[in-house]
Amino acid sequence: MSIFADQETRLVVQGITGRDGSFHTRQMIEYGTRVVAGVTPGKGGQRFDDSVPVFDTVEQAVMETGANTSVVYVPPAFAADAMFEAADAGIEFIVCITEGVPVLDMTRVRPFVSEKGSRLLGPNCPGLISAGKTKVGIIPGNITDLGPVGLVSRSGTLTYEVVAKLKGAGVGTTTCVGIGGDPINGTSFIDCLAAFQEDPETEAIVMIGEIGGTDEQDAARFVREHVDKPVVGFIAGQTAPPGRRMGHAGAIISGSAGTAEEKIQAFEDNGIGVAKRPIDVVGLVQEALR
Amino acid sequence: MNIHEYQAREIFRNHGMPVPPGDIARTPEEAERIAQKYGGKVVVKAQVHAGGRGKAGGVKLAKSAAEAGEHASRILGMRIKDLPVEQVLVTPTEDIASEAYVGLVVDRGSKSAVFMVSSEGGVDIEEVAATNPDAIRKLAVDPRYGLLPHQAYTLATALYSDVKQQRAAANIIAQLYDSFIDAGASLAEINPLITTPAGDVKAIDAKMNIDDNELFRKPRIEALRDDSSEEPSEVVAREAGLTFIKLDGDVGCCVNGAGLAMATMDLVKYYGGEPANFLDIGGSSNPEKVVSALKIITSDPSVKVILFNIFGGITRCDDVANGIVTATRQIDIQVPIVIRLTGTNEERAVQILEEAGFNAMTDMDEAVERAVKLAKGEGK
Repeated sequence: MSIFADQETRLVVQGITGRDGSFHTRQMIEYGTRVVAGVTPGKGGQRFDDSVPVFDTVEQAVMETGANTSVVYVPPAFAADAMFEAADAGIEFIVCITEGVPVLDMTRVRPFVSEKGSRLLGPNCPGLISAGKTKVGIIPGNITDLGPVGLVSRSGTLTYEVVAKLKGAGVGTTTCVGIGGDPINGTSFIDCLAAFQEDPETEAIVMIGEIGGTDEQDAARFVREHVDKPVVGFIAGQTAPPGRRMGHAGAIISGSAGTAEEKIQAFEDNGIGVAKRPIDVVGLVQEALR
Repeated sequence: MNIHEYQAREIFRNHGMPVPPGDIARTPEEAERIAQKYGGKVVVKAQVHAGGRGKAGGVKLAKSAAEAGEHASRILGMRIKDLPVEQVLVTPTEDIASEAYVGLVVDRGSKSAVFMVSSEGGVDIEEVAATNPDAIRKLAVDPRYGLLPHQAYTLATALYSDVKQQRAAANIIAQLYDSFIDAGASLAEINPLITTPAGDVKAIDAKMNIDDNELFRKPRIEALRDDSSEEPSEVVAREAGLTFIKLDGDVGCCVNGAGLAMATMDLVKYYGGEPANFLDIGGSSNPEKVVSALKIITSDPSVKVILFNIFGGITRCDDVANGIVTATRQIDIQVPIVIRLTGTNEERAVQILEEAGFNAMTDMDEAVERAVKLAKGEGK
């Protein structure tokens, strides 16, 4: 099994004719994702690569194709409205890849999406890949095979690094989810942990965090109370100087909240094995699966 | 993006907030002239993007215009937390009866903008939060309705018992919220919000941080950016579309993705080295970015080795390889370069690099270990 997306996923790509949207649509189709529609205002009636129908609005795409999941590649200025639109059209699962969405926009998007009963992943995230079934977003398809590990991360390329190392050791995944590093986003570590706990094929969970905020600490407490599967963790940013932004809006430490030490301590206190280096995740996972 | 105190005061004032007057001086003479205008009794305040100005001697009271000039000549040219002070704000001294704190910040926890107010102002609010959390009243603002009048008034009652002062503070709190939304801020603070012996309520200090993601739609705020008050290499990096932060070590790092960049720095430390910087070349694979990145890293004289760590996803390894080859033709690089790349178009990248005389590695740990050894003058 997998979480959030699988072979039942019928995907609509918002911004399908843009540079990033078109490139990644081809990658997703190649992986086997069922891309049923695209949306670009003003280009309704066209076909993307002579196959995928393009609509002016998400509502039309849903009515015509039964799309149930959307992925957003539109520029930051239009990203908030793209998420509102997807939720309004009844999309169940919205993945926003766009980086640079103003945080005040997200304070409005988040409650709207949840009131419509949709799940949002991102923004500023790499999306997810359910090995051998579907991928939604930008995670390279070749870095993981089907296996027993569920992985959730705030990072993009660091996730690829860890997943590829697991693959190198012959360990595959159910679903890899990148939740993104923005201060306000849709899906949290806890949402993913809860879903992996329920997923019968996930036998162990990897959680990759970074400095900033207290989401990892909250997730660690959740693990102790609600997760009986083994969890392995890694925290990036142990050498980051306090008070400086490290690229992700999320990766900011101020005062004592959100340092790597604090997070590692929270992991250890709650029974999560902590890898010192990305490569050490492999050994800890293999041990957990034994 | 950080803006200066005087710029934040201007934004607050434009929203009707009672902020005392003040002018900016770049020379002691200007400071003296401004002090004269305000009758001599003024505060001279360093305008710099660093906290702890007061402790560093960057805020001084003057009893006369001449003294204001003297303070300004000491403060201008000072470095606070390694940032140069090039401007001072000169503002009339206020008689203070009480000091309160009013802050508004985007909070990850409650996923909204949250007010924090305390009648214990003028000090480090984080200290109050740690030692006496009950002294801080919090309120999360629902963005769909904005700050409602009764909410502003409720916050004000936590600061003052006098009804006139409560009403004045409620107005200021509402004006702070409007300023925050209008500027696209991630943080706005008044510390302190004072009462005068006559009972007036005034905002005598202002701080605002802007969400960088807002700048594309706020040209008026973007125009407030002051490059001279930032680390020069960080300004160059920003203009090249890179995220760069200078650190104290000697292993120059060039990585794609913030998480992997931090993990690379951590690994440098793990193998006994010290990273010279954080540098994220981002998700795109424009060879020009690699050229800019190498220029920035090599301009730091303490760098003894350059470490590339690229995991190709959207970033194509061959583009990075081309960037490295182009850059080394343009700039004379005196230090060894260790290159690790894997992922999209890896074979092509290795070929490009080998043809240009570079070795490419595929394992992250091996590459980092090698870079650390080279920085220490070991291995070759």
